[in-house]
Amino acid sequence: MPVVAGYIVPGLPHPLLAPDRSPHWRAVRDGFDAAAARIRQAMVDHGADLLVLYSTQWVSVIGHQVQADPDAAWTHVDPEFHQLGSMPYRFRIDADYAQAYAAAAQARGLSCRPVSYRGFPIDTGTIVALQLLNADNALPATTTSCNMYADRGETLVLGKAARDAIDAGGRRAIAVAVTSLSARKHVRPVDPADDQLASAKDAEWNDKLLEILSEGRLEDVAQLARTVAHQAHADSQMRAFWWLSAVMGQHNRYRGEVLAYAPVWGTGAAVVELVPAQVAQGQHEFDEDDVDRYHGDLEVLESAGTQRGPGGAPMGAALGRGLGRVGPGEIPGAAVSLDKLLDQPLPPRPADLAGRMAAPAGTRADRSTTPLHEPPVVAGGTNAAAAPKPVGPYPHARRVGDLLFLSGVGPRQAGTDTIPGGAIRAPDGTPQDYDIEAQTRACIDNIAAILRAAGSDLSRVLDVTAFLVDMDRDFAGYNRVYGEFFATVGATRTTVAVAALPTPIAVELKVVAAAGDVDLAALADGKWTGA
Amino acid sequence: MGSTSDAGTGRIVAGFLAPHPPHLVYAENPPQNEPRATGGWETLRAGYAAVRERLAGLDFDVIVVHSPHWKTVTGHHLLGVPRFQGRSVDPIFPNLFRYDYNLKVDVELARAIADQGRAAGLHMELMENPDFRVDYGTITSCHLAHPDWDVPIVAISSNRAYFYFSNEVGEAEMLGLGAATRRAIEATGRRAVLLASNSLSHRHFTVEPAVPEDPSFERPYSLNQYEWDMHVVDLMRRGRCRQLLDEMPDFIEQATSECKDGSLTWLLGALGVPDYPATVHAYGTVIGTGNAVVEWTPPVGSA
Repeated sequence: MPVVAGYIVPGLPHPLLAPDRSPHWRAVRDGFDAAAARIRQAMVDHGADLLVLYSTQWVSVIGHQVQADPDAAWTHVDPEFHQLGSMPYRFRIDADYAQAYAAAAQARGLSCRPVSYRGFPIDTGTIVALQLLNADNALPATTTSCNMYADRGETLVLGKAARDAIDAGGRRAIAVAVTSLSARKHVRPVDPADDQLASAKDAEWNDKLLEILSEGRLEDVAQLARTVAHQAHADSQMRAFWWLSAVMGQHNRYRGEVLAYAPVWGTGAAVVELVPAQVAQGQHEFDEDDVDRYHGDLEVLESAGTQRGPGGAPMGAALGRGLGRVGPGEIPGAAVSLDKLLDQPLPPRPADLAGRMAAPAGTRADRSTTPLHEPPVVAGGTNAAAAPKPVGPYPHARRVGDLLFLSGVGPRQAGTDTIPGGAIRAPDGTPQDYDIEAQTRACIDNIAAILRAAGSDLSRVLDVTAFLVDMDRDFAGYNRVYGEFFATVGATRTTVAVAALPTPIAVELKVVAAAGDVDLAALADGKWTGA
Repeated sequence: MGSTSDAGTGRIVAGFLAPHPPHLVYAENPPQNEPRATGGWETLRAGYAAVRERLAGLDFDVIVVHSPHWKTVTGHHLLGVPRFQGRSVDPIFPNLFRYDYNLKVDVELARAIADQGRAAGLHMELMENPDFRVDYGTITSCHLAHPDWDVPIVAISSNRAYFYFSNEVGEAEMLGLGAATRRAIEATGRRAVLLASNSLSHRHFTVEPAVPEDPSFERPYSLNQYEWDMHVVDLMRRGRCRQLLDEMPDFIEQATSECKDGSLTWLLGALGVPDYPATVHAYGTVIGTGNAVVEWTPPVGSA
């Protein structure tokens, strides 16, 4: 577990410099203090040895920058909130990690430089976060700039570079995204005690984001970033969430907890903890592509084809020679860049990363490609139209005496062959994130369908054998859903781990049930004489 | 200087569009700046040389500068401490700009501008924390225009509240701030030089050459930006600043113009929206952004 925890914290100076001027600022400060205590505990429990920050308040335009001054010290004054006081600081920066981080970013195609200059103006957000989370410099740290032009792909690649360097150094890091949720500030002074969100739509989105984060669904929030940035005053278009999710593995397998949420000068200031968990909460918002390497500037400002020259003329008109070959959406620079992006295949995936990366663009699968069979008609056999076709020449169920023996049943859906909760790997073998609870539930639904077709039901199940491809990851989720259906049935059960199943699924169940016309009580008492 | 001026007889003696690429300071190797260069961006530097020559012949006692790199949202802020000394390191180009500054502030004029702004309904604040680090935009524009630092300055922040609203709202706010600045200068008897520290088109390249002053790298980011810049410079040259203001919101949107930060609009407001021709000392690009060094010299008696 190279990243033992992640935090989202706000970067305005009020919780540091003036927590007691407002109950809202005090609440955020208390959240910081709680996070600091947990970070200290993570050092003991998990051997955390590094803080890696990304701050939306450190703006860059030439790629990204990583702080690498081993003894960064100055007295900072916030350009807006100078009246709150000065912020003297001295930070223990992990220069070796910063250098490795920048090198990893460069290896992934990014422009990135470590910076180590006396008097470099470390941003307010970084200062607030480090002083409140790591006041005694117990952990070495570094911080990353936020490129004002960076799109999602560039920011994801940056986060992956941070992770590369963590892995390569054998570090156990805590990742911190310094960002507000909504970032709209008051444009006129307010009484601190009456501080409130500057915008109702911001407040609505903040609530929604916090609900999702409290469920541990970090990647879902990252996937929603464009929508939120369009509809509310998101901080730097929510780039920090792209970065944080990439550092932490781009999935929803966390335990999330909102430690504080309150307005700070109109902005949505939240302290949120995300700790890796065994159970995923499902993938509800996954519709964005992934990217592993940065291939250059998208030139998105031109590619939209909407830019006009002076007087509304097409570009080139002012020179008296309109560019006849250029039409809307066909700007030469953009076309070159897009070609470049599309023509260059992704680099080979490093073997050590394969287990935790989502599939690259275009390869994600949620269905099986294994050949299927029509179930054969046999004596005493049952084939259910509502159950998925088998992967071999066998029936769904067969009755022998009073018992129904079901073939192994997975979560695939009849008709579509899709896999609820997602396939565990892409067609090219690349592992994918998936939801074991959704798969287990679909399995049991299929079993219920077969039992119904055979005249029985789940309450008559006598014995279950379960096959899991990843016991460590999936047992808890599988077990929880199993209990929803079978807690009162009393079936015997055996759960085993297997190396693989014939289709890209994580769970399969094998069931023996009593036939529908069997008197279960008499059977149990040995008084049953047969149907 | 300052309080010795004759109250009620003050005026703006000249106003300049004076952009702040730190590359220009880097290129000339002043003693205050730590990195060393072998030259670069000669056209723009020649433009600033012309500005320095012009200022050498003018009688002025304060420089008022509006900088996009002192960003505020809650109102307009002004330096309110008599002297600042420190090191300015550009957070974006720290490899080029690490400058030791020592400057004086005309606090009396700053207060007067704040008062005039408040009277016009603006929210104004004085920055009175002595630990404050002056932004690199202010430092760069002031150094390039008048590197002797023997005249006090007034530095005004760039208010971003209109980012929540529209470019039109921002323009109205900045014209009001400009008018307030002019009234304060007149009321305090200052002979002021104004510097609007913004570039024109402002989409940067996101990579830089190994040698920052490599001239083969430098060009406008796009034809679109170049055309807009030429159009805007032409309007200035022909004294058509009212038209420029009318087109400013579109210019900001279409050319990603740093004029969004308000410095040029503030300057034009302070100058009473000039209808006389400006002198364009230079135009050039820095990391793809368009920069013009432009002078307006108000006729004596004009406001």
